[in-house]
Amino acid sequence: MSLPFLLEIGAEEIPDWMIPGALENLRALFTGLLDENKLARTHLRVDATPRRLVLRAEGLPPRQADAQELVTGPPKSAQPSAVEGFARKQGVAPEALSVQATAKGEYWGFVKTVPGRETRQILAEALPGLILKIYFPKTMYWTGRTGPRFIRPIRWLVALLGGQVTPFEIAGVRSGNLSSGHRRLGAGRVPVTTESYAEALRANFVILSAEERREKIRNESAALGAKPDPGLLETLVYITEYPTAIRGDFDPQFLSLPEEVLVTVMKHHQKYFSVVDPEGCLAPHFVAVMNTSADPEGLVRRGNERVLRARFNDARFFWDTDQHKKLADRVTDLAHVTFQAKLGNYLQKTERMEELVRRLGGDAHAQRAARLCKCDLTCELVKEFTELQGVVGGLYARAQDEPEEVTLAIYDHYKPAGMEDSIPRTRAGQLVSLADKLDTLTGCFAVGMMPTGSRDPFALRRSAQGAVKILVEGRLDLAVPELLGGDQSLRDFFEDRVRYYFKDIRGFKYDEINAVLACGWDNLADVESRLNALQQVRPTANFEPLAASFKRIKNILTQAQFEGGVAADPSRLEPGPESELHAASMTVKQLASGRPYREALEAIASLRPKVDLFFDKVLVNAPDPAVRQNRLALLHGILTEFSSIADFSEIVTNT
Amino acid sequence: MDLYQNVVFKLKNYWGERGCVIQEPYDVEVGAGTMAPETFLRVLGPQPYRVAYVQPSRRPADGRYGENPNRLYKHQQLQVILKPSPNDVIEQYLESLEAIGIDLRQHDIKFEEDNWESPTLGAWGIGWQVMLDGLEITQFTYFQQCGGIDLDLVPAELTYGLERLTAFLQAKDSVYDIEWAPGVSHAAVRFQDELQYSVYNFEMANVDALWKLFDLHESEAQRLLGLYPKAADKRRFPLLPTYDHVLKCSHLFNTLDSRGAISVTERVGVIARVRKVAVGVAQAWVDQQQGGR
Repeated sequence: MSLPFLLEIGAEEIPDWMIPGALENLRALFTGLLDENKLARTHLRVDATPRRLVLRAEGLPPRQADAQELVTGPPKSAQPSAVEGFARKQGVAPEALSVQATAKGEYWGFVKTVPGRETRQILAEALPGLILKIYFPKTMYWTGRTGPRFIRPIRWLVALLGGQVTPFEIAGVRSGNLSSGHRRLGAGRVPVTTESYAEALRANFVILSAEERREKIRNESAALGAKPDPGLLETLVYITEYPTAIRGDFDPQFLSLPEEVLVTVMKHHQKYFSVVDPEGCLAPHFVAVMNTSADPEGLVRRGNERVLRARFNDARFFWDTDQHKKLADRVTDLAHVTFQAKLGNYLQKTERMEELVRRLGGDAHAQRAARLCKCDLTCELVKEFTELQGVVGGLYARAQDEPEEVTLAIYDHYKPAGMEDSIPRTRAGQLVSLADKLDTLTGCFAVGMMPTGSRDPFALRRSAQGAVKILVEGRLDLAVPELLGGDQSLRDFFEDRVRYYFKDIRGFKYDEINAVLACGWDNLADVESRLNALQQVRPTANFEPLAASFKRIKNILTQAQFEGGVAADPSRLEPGPESELHAASMTVKQLASGRPYREALEAIASLRPKVDLFFDKVLVNAPDPAVRQNRLALLHGILTEFSSIADFSEIVTNT
Repeated sequence: MDLYQNVVFKLKNYWGERGCVIQEPYDVEVGAGTMAPETFLRVLGPQPYRVAYVQPSRRPADGRYGENPNRLYKHQQLQVILKPSPNDVIEQYLESLEAIGIDLRQHDIKFEEDNWESPTLGAWGIGWQVMLDGLEITQFTYFQQCGGIDLDLVPAELTYGLERLTAFLQAKDSVYDIEWAPGVSHAAVRFQDELQYSVYNFEMANVDALWKLFDLHESEAQRLLGLYPKAADKRRFPLLPTYDHVLKCSHLFNTLDSRGAISVTERVGVIARVRKVAVGVAQAWVDQQQGGR
């Protein structure tokens, strides 16, 4: 026999973005509880709305299995009276005792059957602690300073095992069988059973399943013409218990404001989907998702329309105000905007960026963009919609008749916003973005503000990551050491980001990255080319064995403490494998020289039979020191000659 | 359609019936109802308290010369403090909306995460902005800390934006079009304030004079706080007047800020100065309420 279990933690509205994590945590904690108490695992299902976290277990055993426990007393050699005393103390007859062999020796004892505890009792004891252990990024207390902490106040608790309440209490709330419906459409007290739970909620306008809410929003908003937005959809799924989409309109004259501004207001400030016409242009409509079942009189629609109108009016007010002063006339105002206390103001940063863009080879457009790109920080629209910095600058530049190259460079200069984001579209944009990030990096490192552990207040990791992405994907022919200056800690920090980019973003193997970086990483576009070539050649038959041989060569040279500096003397080479290796290496050198990396690597890999034969037949450690030195010189020459693309000895091989 | 003043009457009445002392606005400039001593000081300590009051809240940087339909230099908040917060606090709040004529079954209400923090007061709380048909009408906060002190009892703070709420009820696009009293618009009552304070704050305020005033109020608050530990009879020590000087500092800071006289770097430092005296008053107040030590 097994019993269904239902746990519902009823709380005040939980922040949407924390819910999925909390549910997984709840599942893990409950699984741990079952394991600890030797209760058989069963299928667990977790669900949530903003007001409830729910865990349902398909079938829990009503009690733990009985356990057999060996109880030992006096040693075998003990006096009979001591043995009898032990039996009396344990409440068993002396005849029930027998001599038990244990790791410590032989003792009088007996096997005791420990009855399993009731599951209901175990849960009642464990659940309060378990619930309060659910991880949330920020918690509160609500019954007073000494009370429990949770994400929001707990207002009701349902805990049912089979037909019975699992009794416990948290912060004065006792568990029971009463749930609660939708705040306005449902009943405040909804009696539930493990079987009827989801349906009882549905009857009270709570759709328990996030997937079902997601589908409902997706279908309804699509039918109203909403442009899909997965991130917004997830938010809406977890701020509603009974979502219903409605469509509203706004005055088409607002379409004269830039789409970026309109979409930001709708999405970030109002959580609306935008609507596009068949050509993909923004249409004067929006789709809002209510937490209620219907809007028969259009009150909700009109309310939302009024709010949006006010927001758009604000945006237009800011836009118009900002046009009174051109970006170009705002440069000196940047002296009043602090970049960072120790690094001065944005005017100083702008001047540094202009100089840097010039050094990076930026043309007149790039330099102009560098001069204007931070000016939007003094504009009202950016103060209102900080997420639009850069974008607004670009839009203003266009409205103020700056060349399109300048406009795009300003617009894009915060890109890439993350590793998923693309780099700036134009070379000028790439250089301005790069200059911005490098200035922040070198500046912060120079005044000792490097990231430590998880603390990275200036988002330097993201800056460095963005710079790496621009250098590689923009295929910029720039030397990293010149960009970073002489600071070794910055160079190390940057190298970490280079490794992260190629490994985690681009999916290269770590040993390939080690091999390529070992031959230098001044030019990141070149690093990418070498990595691609290495990745392509690696699966070919000769490559890994040759890599293993190179490692062997390296070890031999290290053991011999060979310094290099002299070339092998061909006249001293023995005919046979030794001369053949030398000849082959000369041929390959010619073949590989000036060829694309892939062909060069293929040519190098073709050395393999000659190298194998050499190691098979020739003793490097020849008794004659002159012969030995010459052989070492031969190997050293091969190693250095063929290790400019990648250091093969870094490749992890199976041989 | 309800007049602005009727919304105020009904809400005061509603909360008065639920055990709140109905207070009048505090008579020193504040940026929010939270700063009035009825909230800032009363939430401290173990004494239960319930209070509601309208508080004109001055935000110099939000002034728009009366030209923007939604932004005001001075807006009115209805501030409600329920200490400790009752278990059905949200239900009580929703009922208050019904009391001013909002049929909640016809509307969309959402509670969206919005934690409140005031660095100048050393105060923060956990809560939501309450959205009614997409409009933020209330800030709902469970206070956790005030004046840098963990609170013994957790008060619920409800802050209604009265102009917005009335604009919603009257379906007006501009707060200036709200009918305040019969035949009297919001503009008729408040437009002059908006225009003149915007002109003063943005154009004419004398930065040097304001800094001097700031320093004077700050030093007076500091002087008094310095005397408190040695006071012979702590019960009669004037902490409330001390706090008035803190409020003056806070308002002067906001005015200087809107005048563009405080750089971002300075900002942090000035906030810390106000915070220091605010925290000083809070600590002394807790001590005074315990009868002094």
